[in-house]
Amino acid sequence: MTVISTVTDPNALMLTVVAEFSASPERVWGVWEDPRQLERWWGPPTYPATFTRHDFAVGGESRYYMTGPEGDTSRGYWRMVIIDEPNRLEFANGLAGDDGEPRPDLEPMAASVEFEPIDGGTRMISLSKFVDAVQMKILLDMGMAEGMTQAVSQIDALL
Amino acid sequence: MVVHQLADREVDRIFRALADTTRRDIFERVIGKGLSVSSLANDYEMSFAAVQKHVSVLERASLVTKERHGREQIVLSNVPTLRRVTALLEGFEEIWIGRAARIAEILGEKGSET
Repeated sequence: MTVISTVTDPNALMLTVVAEFSASPERVWGVWEDPRQLERWWGPPTYPATFTRHDFAVGGESRYYMTGPEGDTSRGYWRMVIIDEPNRLEFANGLAGDDGEPRPDLEPMAASVEFEPIDGGTRMISLSKFVDAVQMKILLDMGMAEGMTQAVSQIDALL
Repeated sequence: MVVHQLADREVDRIFRALADTTRRDIFERVIGKGLSVSSLANDYEMSFAAVQKHVSVLERASLVTKERHGREQIVLSNVPTLRRVTALLEGFEEIWIGRAARIAEILGEKGSET
């Protein structure tokens, strides 16, 4: 099993996902660093991501868009805060406007990822920290796809 | 849809309310047991009015309710709201489970090992 644990902390607005892979930390790091690999997993098959820019260095930025089944697109960006290959990376992930540039009216979420060597592979700990529900809702809609319809309809029912 | 717009605003209030450390602390402490505003105020290095203000923000976000018991205002947690926040987080949890599975697939490809 790839994902070994998840923790949702509604009081701290935080999500932690721990996954294990049978590949070295350097190799797992590669799926983040290489935009061509990154766009094969960041969005689901029905909502694939295309990275038009991926400056994987401290202070560097990325631009991407996700294309939905109806040809609809949503745009986002990353701003790299920490790049410590192959141990840890931290970045801000926010929404971009139609021009592809960061929307100043919405705060980005904070993402941090740790890569720990384990016997025969890597443990990847992904932490997402949210600050604003509007942005969170849009990001959630952005990542919405087939496999998610159940979760989303549950959320809609709860809201 | 108007219903959804209202819901979004409501959710936004929840997140803004919980973005503050003191308010998160107050909220956590009243879960399962009500506490009076004055007893809460005793535990923070801020004025009664400041604590009351934090409680009001939590109240507007429907995270807590206030009940009057004699001369005391008792702050109580509103659990259904917490469930909604959890539901939003669970949406992201599903996204990440999908991402991890796709990463594993990419890593498992022949010739991808280093």
